[in-house]
Amino acid sequence: MSHHIIQVNNLKYSYPGGRQALNGVNFQILHGESVGIVGANGAGKSTLLMHLVGVLFPDEGEIAVGEVPVIKKTLPLIRQSVGMVFQDPDDQLFMTTVYDDVAFGPRNYKLPEEEVEKRVRSALETVGILHLMDRLSYKLSGGEKRAAAIATVLAMKPDILVMDEPSSSLDPKSRRRLISLLRCFTHTKIIASHDLDMVLELCERTIIIQDGKVIIDGPTGEILANEELMEKCGLEMPLCLQGCPVCGTKKAK
Amino acid sequence: MSNMMTSLYNIRILDELAEKRTVIHNIHPLMKVLTTCLYLIVIVSFNKYELSGLLPLVFYPIIVIALADLPLVPLLKRMLIVLPLIIGIGLFNPLFDRSPMVVLPWIQLSGGWISFLAILLKGVLTILAALVLIATTGMTRIAAVLGMLRVPRIFILQLLLTYRYISVLIEEVGRTVRAYALRSRREKGVSFSDWGSLTGHLLLRTMERAQRVYHSMCCRGFAGEYHAGNTSKIRIEDILYFTGWGLYFVLVRFFNIPTAIGSLITGVVK
Repeated sequence: MSHHIIQVNNLKYSYPGGRQALNGVNFQILHGESVGIVGANGAGKSTLLMHLVGVLFPDEGEIAVGEVPVIKKTLPLIRQSVGMVFQDPDDQLFMTTVYDDVAFGPRNYKLPEEEVEKRVRSALETVGILHLMDRLSYKLSGGEKRAAAIATVLAMKPDILVMDEPSSSLDPKSRRRLISLLRCFTHTKIIASHDLDMVLELCERTIIIQDGKVIIDGPTGEILANEELMEKCGLEMPLCLQGCPVCGTKKAK
Repeated sequence: MSNMMTSLYNIRILDELAEKRTVIHNIHPLMKVLTTCLYLIVIVSFNKYELSGLLPLVFYPIIVIALADLPLVPLLKRMLIVLPLIIGIGLFNPLFDRSPMVVLPWIQLSGGWISFLAILLKGVLTILAALVLIATTGMTRIAAVLGMLRVPRIFILQLLLTYRYISVLIEEVGRTVRAYALRSRREKGVSFSDWGSLTGHLLLRTMERAQRVYHSMCCRGFAGEYHAGNTSKIRIEDILYFTGWGLYFVLVRFFNIPTAIGSLITGVVK
């Protein structure tokens, strides 16, 4: 997996109740790309991300990370390479202290304790919460929890970072800090979000999903500025591209 | 309602207490687990009428709680949850067993009362010892020690996940009950007719949440085995802690100290 290309071919998936969540998704994400996955509620964004880390397996179609197909046999390899940040950081922080939470992944790969400590410190330093190392995870604020959840994934040194709604339930300052943080990462990034302003800032490429299908895949600036398309997909243009709410002046495109 | 929410959110106090740094917290987890096991074995080994012999064992939790700087109230509150069960076990002893017995040279009670009090004391001491162990060691370190003692992986995992599921369940109960209270006309509690749907929802929600937590564990390389990292080396102080308490427990088991003191006092008085 020297080049971390993600190849998704004709991905189809139905939930046990029969609801078709993904209905033939195709795309390719190249090494170092930053891609936004956008769509209305229930469009299939989270289901797609779950497939990328092998939490769900497709009914039809295939996914490959590098040359490795995402199947049960290859999961340890895939999960070392693809790090997933879940929508609710509480799902990701289940140990007592922040240190133990961040060390959980590296310890599972049986790294020596000195290396584990080095990785934990480095991951916490990257997200700016090294001082919270010995704090109890459940007592952190929303922003701190989000940073800790990202650190738990960074400690695994993944090549690809997959994030589900990373800016949800963050206050404006924490959101801004998160955006600055993510901008510094050189990883391949896949971000599913309703925060279109964040997608516009962080991702050069956007994929819009509707009813389990890719509607459009292209440069973020062009797609998110297309009012008609956004409207058709049940979305809105990012606030920074909309007109002034006070005087009604349209933003220059 | 706020009282209920506070008590629900206090569920993690044992985890919090386990992160303290005191003389007891610094003792090697293996020695603490072995000491507690020995303590439990000694307590259980007393027969049902040996109330006086049990009394010196009260000092173990008292001394550990004092040295570990643990607050007594949260521990006692947690013990109260199990107390009705213990009382239920021994409740009928005083009614059926009325033969008079001597507890201490100067106290006489019926056999039923003695066995009831012995069950009560045994129950309280064993639960307190378990709570003290969790509050001074933490569940994850206890799990690591169990791994060192070659306890089957599946049991350790079951223990850890059940312990974690309790807090997940209680958090969900808190949220559900709060949402219910805000929309119900009742001032207290949940209406009997709503219990069915509420518990059903709770079960589904907690299962879903537990599933998400499990997925996030799997995404970080979890394959059914928990690794607690390197535990510190066993020091002389740790061995002394275990042997000290061990000798005391054995002494208490084979030598009835309260009776001996009682005989000594009555002998002196005569």
